[in-house]
Amino acid sequence: MSGPAIHVERLVFAYPDGRQALYGVDFTVERGERVALLGPNGAGKTTLVLHLNGILGSVAGGSGSGRIEIGGTGLHRDHLRVIRRKVGLVFQDPDDQLFMPTVRDDVAFGPANLGLRGAELDDRVREALVQVGMQDHADLAPHHLSYGQRRRVAVATVLAMRPEVLVLDEPSSNLDPASRRELADILTGLDVTLLMITHDLPYALQLCERSLLMDGGRIVADGRTRDLLGDAELMSAHRLELPYGFDPLSVPGPEGR
Amino acid sequence: MRFGRNRIKNVRVHVPDGFFDAPTSIATGLIAAGAVGFSLQRANREIRETGPALAGLTAAFVFAVQMVNFPVGAGTSGHLLGGALAAALVGPWTAVLVMSTVLLVQGLLFADGGLTALGTNITLMGLITVLVGYFITRALLQILPRRTGSVVPAATVGALVSVPVAALAFTGLYTIGGAVDIPIGKLATAMVGWHILVGIGEAVITAAVLGAVVATRPDLVYAARHLQPDLILVDADGNTSTVSPDKPIAARPAGRSLGIGVAITLVVAGGVSLVASAHPDGLEFVGAKLGFESAAKDSAVAGSPLADYGVSGIGNAQVSGALAGIIGVLVTIALGLAIAKVASLRTNKAS
Amino acid sequence: MSGDGLLVAVDSKVHRIPAQVKIVALFVFVLAVVSTPAANFWAFALYGALLVAALVVAKLPVPVVSRRLAVETPFIVFALLLPFVATGPTVDVLGLQLSQSGVLGAWNILAKGTLGVIAAILLSATTGPRELLAGLERLRLPSTLVAILSFMVRYLSVVSDDLHRMRIARESRGYVGGRAGHLKAIAGGVGALFVRSFERGERVHLAMQSRGYTGRMPLLGEVGATRAQWMEGLTISLAAVAVAVTARVVGL
Ligand SMILES: Nc1ncnc2c1ncn2[C@@H]1O[C@H](COP(=O)(O)OP(=O)(O)O)[C@@H](O)[C@H]1O
Ligand SMILES: [Mg+2]
Repeated sequence: MSGPAIHVERLVFAYPDGRQALYGVDFTVERGERVALLGPNGAGKTTLVLHLNGILGSVAGGSGSGRIEIGGTGLHRDHLRVIRRKVGLVFQDPDDQLFMPTVRDDVAFGPANLGLRGAELDDRVREALVQVGMQDHADLAPHHLSYGQRRRVAVATVLAMRPEVLVLDEPSSNLDPASRRELADILTGLDVTLLMITHDLPYALQLCERSLLMDGGRIVADGRTRDLLGDAELMSAHRLELPYGFDPLSVPGPEGR
Repeated sequence: MRFGRNRIKNVRVHVPDGFFDAPTSIATGLIAAGAVGFSLQRANREIRETGPALAGLTAAFVFAVQMVNFPVGAGTSGHLLGGALAAALVGPWTAVLVMSTVLLVQGLLFADGGLTALGTNITLMGLITVLVGYFITRALLQILPRRTGSVVPAATVGALVSVPVAALAFTGLYTIGGAVDIPIGKLATAMVGWHILVGIGEAVITAAVLGAVVATRPDLVYAARHLQPDLILVDADGNTSTVSPDKPIAARPAGRSLGIGVAITLVVAGGVSLVASAHPDGLEFVGAKLGFESAAKDSAVAGSPLADYGVSGIGNAQVSGALAGIIGVLVTIALGLAIAKVASLRTNKAS
Repeated sequence: MSGDGLLVAVDSKVHRIPAQVKIVALFVFVLAVVSTPAANFWAFALYGALLVAALVVAKLPVPVVSRRLAVETPFIVFALLLPFVATGPTVDVLGLQLSQSGVLGAWNILAKGTLGVIAAILLSATTGPRELLAGLERLRLPSTLVAILSFMVRYLSVVSDDLHRMRIARESRGYVGGRAGHLKAIAGGVGALFVRSFERGERVHLAMQSRGYTGRMPLLGEVGATRAQWMEGLTISLAAVAVAVTARVVGL
């Protein structure tokens, strides 16, 4: 067990309909880092993170090339199981992630695929639900939950697999301010490497010391979140805008804690 | 309760319990079980690669779409059955599973369609529409220009033909397992006549839906996967290369499809008509005034030499009935081919 | 359209019977009804009484049942036409020449169809979707089919909501349009709905794979029904079978 948490080299990918989404992506994330992945719509952020546990890309039979290592292990068809346990992916739309009839079934899905059964499985499910504060809703159907609750359960489904790397796709989108803060509390309390796609720049600054900026299927900037957000030229060149009145230089970030 | 015409025609046509006798229900139940089992086996590879979620969502889509009524004409409306459409979109075997799932959920969760009639409903709406629709689609793709867009006219004709063929099959089942003797020839004429109208609605919607899908995600259309062009890939250094697209479940080119499709259709039509004409017409078709005839009147069949479902000038009633069925299907296919040709000419001009 | 089907969420004896028992019971009951000759009017009265008793035990409100029953099917029309179109000897009713076999056939379709629908309502109003799926799984429905069913049920409300939202979007854009415009708008919307549903299906599959899915869905893991539950659940169906057998033996 050595090497960086995520290492990506010269990653290229085209969707089956012929649209190319990645044009050579390179970056490295060290263990324990919290990194925000920023960029305009259509930059290829979602496509990129779907590569990290081998559900898109050449390992999955897609059209593309390049190299990915997770915790020092090269992504290869033979160790997809191990990689998928290590990298937990929270999808943007919780309805994509919650596909089982009840919350409990859903949180149990991942650990059950890892081979857990019986009391061990129940404990794992309960633990994950407690982490996101949803233990009282285990028997509900997903369509009976609020959007914020569904997002939290979606995080729990991944936490139940005890991942080393947690990847979230726009976790704060469509959340009301209270749910957004609750989620931030949950995320800061976790002891994992974190890669978070977001359009919510204050959220990036609050949670992640470092940011990657992606556009046109490439990483175009990589540095301290505060520095990137403070670079007005870079920001406008890639269609990123800070909320009205928000000054990244005067707000406390994670490095202050 | 109201029995106004418009109300009736908006309703999903599910055979209820007790409509057919027990042997017919059991026989169609076995056919349906066999078809589902066979489809499970054939779709196994597709489902392993694309996941059961995709089939489930397609089923949810078909279910939702069956709720949408669209105007057919003459103040009536219909709704999509979706068999031919589903076959073109996700392939025939997955489509059989999808349609069966829809019918099962309608029966168990919504008490819609009898449980003992489930086999009949799956056979009529899940099996026949899908297979007829798909074979015709594939057959036409053999003769249309080799482009993804050709799937639109091809599946349109598939949808158009699939509905009357299912109606004919219903008539055939009634002949075998209907509780009461009624003039079968008239029933067949009325059913097919009316369902040609329904089929036109089905065809129009199928065409429009497929057109929209081909315009945005042509790679999703199962029946046209083999027609996709190659991809051009630009790598990290800006070099380009050509790769063939990722076709997880491309349909195999079917050389004999045209023959098989036409043969199946003809056998079904001919066989059913043969059985139908074996039942001599007795009484006047009084009920016609109440509904069937007026429905049939709008169709091309009524008033034509096929109106009595026997070709005039041929003595033997059974042979002439079978002949009429076959001619009817041939005319439908010819009509469909003409529409396909015109449609493909128009899309050619547009692009 | 909700993903809960017709479920009426109250607690009753019928609700608590395991789903697999209820499915078998429904099937046996309907089979008994269907195989009873139409002329045994008393038998159908008994079936009706059995069903009403079950509805009462299940605490189902009358409006729920009658609303579902009121869904007209073309088969009612077909049944009502039968006396006019069927062949054979006729009877004279209020000056109308009705076929005897047609009248009986109409009764046959109406009685059996109605009893079948009520029995099906009894199942779907007392059984949640998850229990139904677990029941089908216990009854050895192929696992792939159970999986497809399960995804369909899960996403029914999501897809219907998508459809609903798209309709609102279309109508709020001031769309009017005649028949052709209407058709075009619907078809375009349905096309977009398919692309959406399909892409969601792809994403769901990706989400499953990223949580270690390798082609086997976990069992819904419902425990089997006890002998007592089987007996309790099948009471009405067995009574119906007894009625059916009697009807056959007695003749008329
Ligand atoms: N399933 C897909 N099939 C084809 N093209 C896709 C698919 N998903 C995304 N794309 C395209 O790939 C590009 C990158 O998309 P995505 O990774 O979703 O961007 P982001 O998440 O940064 O907004 C876009 O041009 C998008 O249209
Ligand atoms: Mg995205």
